[in-house]
Amino acid sequence: MSGSLDSYLVLSGLLFAIGTFGFLARRNAISMLMSIELMINAVNLTVVAFGAFVPALNTHAAVIALLVIAVAAAEATIGLALVMAIYRNRKTPLVDEYDSMSQ
Amino acid sequence: MPIGDSIPLIGIRWDDVLFVALAATLLVSALLVVTLRDIIRCGLALIVSFASLAGIYVLLGNPLVAATQVLVYIGAISVLVLFAIMLTQTKNAPARLVFQTQTLAAAVAAAVIAVVITVAVLATTWPSAGQRLWTSTTDVAHLLFRDYVLPFEVVSVLLTAAVIGGVYLARREISGDGENR
Repeated sequence: MSGSLDSYLVLSGLLFAIGTFGFLARRNAISMLMSIELMINAVNLTVVAFGAFVPALNTHAAVIALLVIAVAAAEATIGLALVMAIYRNRKTPLVDEYDSMSQ
Repeated sequence: MPIGDSIPLIGIRWDDVLFVALAATLLVSALLVVTLRDIIRCGLALIVSFASLAGIYVLLGNPLVAATQVLVYIGAISVLVLFAIMLTQTKNAPARLVFQTQTLAAAVAAAVIAVVITVAVLATTWPSAGQRLWTSTTDVAHLLFRDYVLPFEVVSVLLTAAVIGGVYLARREISGDGENR
């Protein structure tokens, strides 16, 4: 089971689906950012799995995974800073109350 | 004392046992991240899911990515998320509804994605996929600092810009009206 590419790809597909559900369903902005982290992790698992099983991609996949992790760190910094900035104005972390355009 | 490739008497491979355990931990903790009511516990479950994913990277023969996962995700991003949670937590937040009104549609969409990806993966034969390979960290370093040196530098500039932008966005207003803290 651990020696086949399919099981890792199915695992990352399930992880991505869980992240999608969290992003669409949660009301808290930080929960949505955590779901995005789950989705990025799922994609990274796919990259590393292909790198482990396809010889031509072996080292390239590791480099790409490292770059993805760095970009995800930048994304988390900016996303959480945006949430803090909005929280300071609206006093709530819930995204469905960020509706000043409809008032 | 070497423990061998598989469990004695039963004959199940250690790799498979580890894979099943890590995958189950990963999926259960990810589900807890998206379903728990208390958002602090969501953050802690997120750390567990990062850690089990690092274990899966080790199982895939990629110790460098696993170490980076532990350093960056568990060490940095989790702390950032927990700080943000604690700074934005209001007293009545856990008692309110945690899900939007579109939860049912979101669940259907996620289930469709899961089914489509699973079916597509299982229906495809990967022609160039062979045995699992151990990734040599030396080769990765050579590739990263030779062929990928431009993306590496661009990412470092991006990280600097992100840190400066994050500080700018999240800083407190100290000027003027006194309403803003």
